[in-house]
Amino acid sequence: MLRRVLYIDLDKKESFVEDRGDLFEEWLGGTGVATRLLLEECPQGTDPLSPEAPIIFGIGPLTALFPAMTKTVATFKSPLNGELGESYAGGRLAMAMRFAGHEAIVIRGAAESPCYISISDDEVKIKDATSIWGVPATVVGYILRDVETGVGRRSIIRIGPAGERLVRYAGVVVDTYRHFGRLGLGAVFGSKNLKALVVSGTEDVEVPDPKRYREIYNQLYKTAVKTDAMEKYHDIGTPINVNVLNQLNGLPTRNFQDSSFEAAEKISGEHLADNYLFRRVSCAHCPIGCIHIGMLKTSFSRHHEFEIRKISYDYELIYALGSNLGVSTPEGLMELIEACEGQGLDAISTGVVLGWATEAFDRGMITEDETLGIPLRWDGVDGYLEAIEKIVKAPNEFYSVLARGVEAASDRYGGKEFAMALGGNEVAGYHTGPAFILGLTVGVRHSHLDNAGYSIDQAAAKRALTPQEMVDAIIEEDDARGVYNSLIGCLFARGVYTPEKIVEALGSVGIERSVEDLEILGRKIFEEKYRFKVREGFDLKKARIPARFYETVSTVGMVDPETVETMMKIYRERRGWD
Amino acid sequence: MIEAEAGTGGESKEASPERAKRKRRRLKVAHPERCIGCLSCMFACSRINAGRASLDRSAIRVKTQGGLEGDFAVVICRACKDPPCVAACPRGALDKREDGRVVFKRDLCDGCGACADACLIRAISMDAEGKAIKCKHCGACVAFCPHGVLEMEEVEE
Repeated sequence: MLRRVLYIDLDKKESFVEDRGDLFEEWLGGTGVATRLLLEECPQGTDPLSPEAPIIFGIGPLTALFPAMTKTVATFKSPLNGELGESYAGGRLAMAMRFAGHEAIVIRGAAESPCYISISDDEVKIKDATSIWGVPATVVGYILRDVETGVGRRSIIRIGPAGERLVRYAGVVVDTYRHFGRLGLGAVFGSKNLKALVVSGTEDVEVPDPKRYREIYNQLYKTAVKTDAMEKYHDIGTPINVNVLNQLNGLPTRNFQDSSFEAAEKISGEHLADNYLFRRVSCAHCPIGCIHIGMLKTSFSRHHEFEIRKISYDYELIYALGSNLGVSTPEGLMELIEACEGQGLDAISTGVVLGWATEAFDRGMITEDETLGIPLRWDGVDGYLEAIEKIVKAPNEFYSVLARGVEAASDRYGGKEFAMALGGNEVAGYHTGPAFILGLTVGVRHSHLDNAGYSIDQAAAKRALTPQEMVDAIIEEDDARGVYNSLIGCLFARGVYTPEKIVEALGSVGIERSVEDLEILGRKIFEEKYRFKVREGFDLKKARIPARFYETVSTVGMVDPETVETMMKIYRERRGWD
Repeated sequence: MIEAEAGTGGESKEASPERAKRKRRRLKVAHPERCIGCLSCMFACSRINAGRASLDRSAIRVKTQGGLEGDFAVVICRACKDPPCVAACPRGALDKREDGRVVFKRDLCDGCGACADACLIRAISMDAEGKAIKCKHCGACVAFCPHGVLEMEEVEE
């Protein structure tokens, strides 16, 4: 059973462990527990970048025990939209926390000078990080690997310069290729002078009934590996969506001015797999291996001398830094991905901010005076690379405003109608229809993975769904994912973990819950998250929906604003908010 | 999967004449370059042989070399013909049978670590109770490798 919460105070340079069995008993683990801890730890109205704002990490009761139970949740107050900050990452962190025996970690306060935290079982050290401050996130990994213990079972998470300089959508890089990408956890690290966190442990997990555990494990493993439940993720990977959405008029292109891209084939999952993919890797204890790594080989002299870079690519990155910026070459795309990886920037937000800036530049709303002579043009990779660096360095007002996100940028320079954010979070790569728009607006973290509205739209394109049916589907996902994110499973494996299988898996490790119990818990978790959101000023009634969504054809045709309004009304009714 | 589980736990039985005739089987890393680093093999070993979820109790190890950007290395017992671990054990806890199999007698192990030191490959480690973790070539890990990295092979003596 989970129970231990590790509290680390950066002000006092102290740490202690507390038994919080009550919390895990009621809220299961993962996001349920991390949301409750956030409500406990974060005073109302706190500046997200002040020492009073906490960082919380959590894992769940199935972590390290079952295939694809690979995620760690982070909760914090978002410096991007000022309300619920929640982000998930894979890699090896969840396993490392489990074996270190810390099922949740709370980081309080701020260090006076750059530091990193090293956790090895019960030993917690706060160490000096002065010499690695300013170092790219990728390089920090090489450095800490050599000085820290736990090779093969540890996790090293770190920020790049973007987090240090408080770019509001800076992420945290986890074990090189995974990220806490969304909503600005990197800036919160930076505000605490916290460069990195290393976790390793040697505990193991005993189960009450090994035989029952092995039986359910075998079933789940078989479903994951031998059926088509997860096929798309281990073949082409998430980039399979590039061609699919392009054909469905759902691939946002040039800041959502189009929903199909003439060069989509060049940056498609198939093309990348055939020409650039050289390896797939996995998060710890996931047999799928969805992390696709492409090799970018660039010649740097006439004598057959090459630079080789290994770049992890996924659908959302291809959308944000590819089609959304009109980038038509895999090389250009991969260079942009690498720039975000090194700086430690969220790729989705960066792509959306640059998309807005390019359109504003195109329309003459901003000029080279603002961009410091950098032309921002569709497919202009060199300009984008320079702009990314300047967003981090913030040499003038324009770039420092870009570093605050697309809401802030359009507040200052105009162009609200094409500033593609919902709930203050730059939108993911879908223009599929009303369920996506509504789903992102109402979702707890305004992420496409809150409730997968894009998938509901795609179903509606095949067989028309009424607004009511779409809203019901969104609510069902909202709540069910609160439970799944408490276990914590990778959402790519959600087809493997049906409610019945979740109940069996929990039972095999000694946690008896019924399907109904979990449904109730899902609703409760959703409500707790909204409690935090509303407390910090989120008002669904004031939610802004960019007009651009209604000007570009989507997967289900032109979207009628009235449909979205109707759905919003039904949603509020169904939630009992009116 | 079922065969793999059935193959475990039989180490205390004396080899029947029929069994002795059968060729000894051992684990082999057939395609190391196909490894995706998922660690399913390590979890299978500890789950099936130790009844828990653990990396430290696994007899097979997947090492990272330079983080996830680097290559993975799979460390396994080679089932040596003349095993240095057996020679090094002062208490007879590692017992080489007629058919060539090495059987680990946990109750005889006093945790001195001589076997682990004797193995150049570093295929033996010590568990939290200080006892050796020795691969018994049961094939549990093979059944749970999603990428065909591991195979069982017959040993030509």
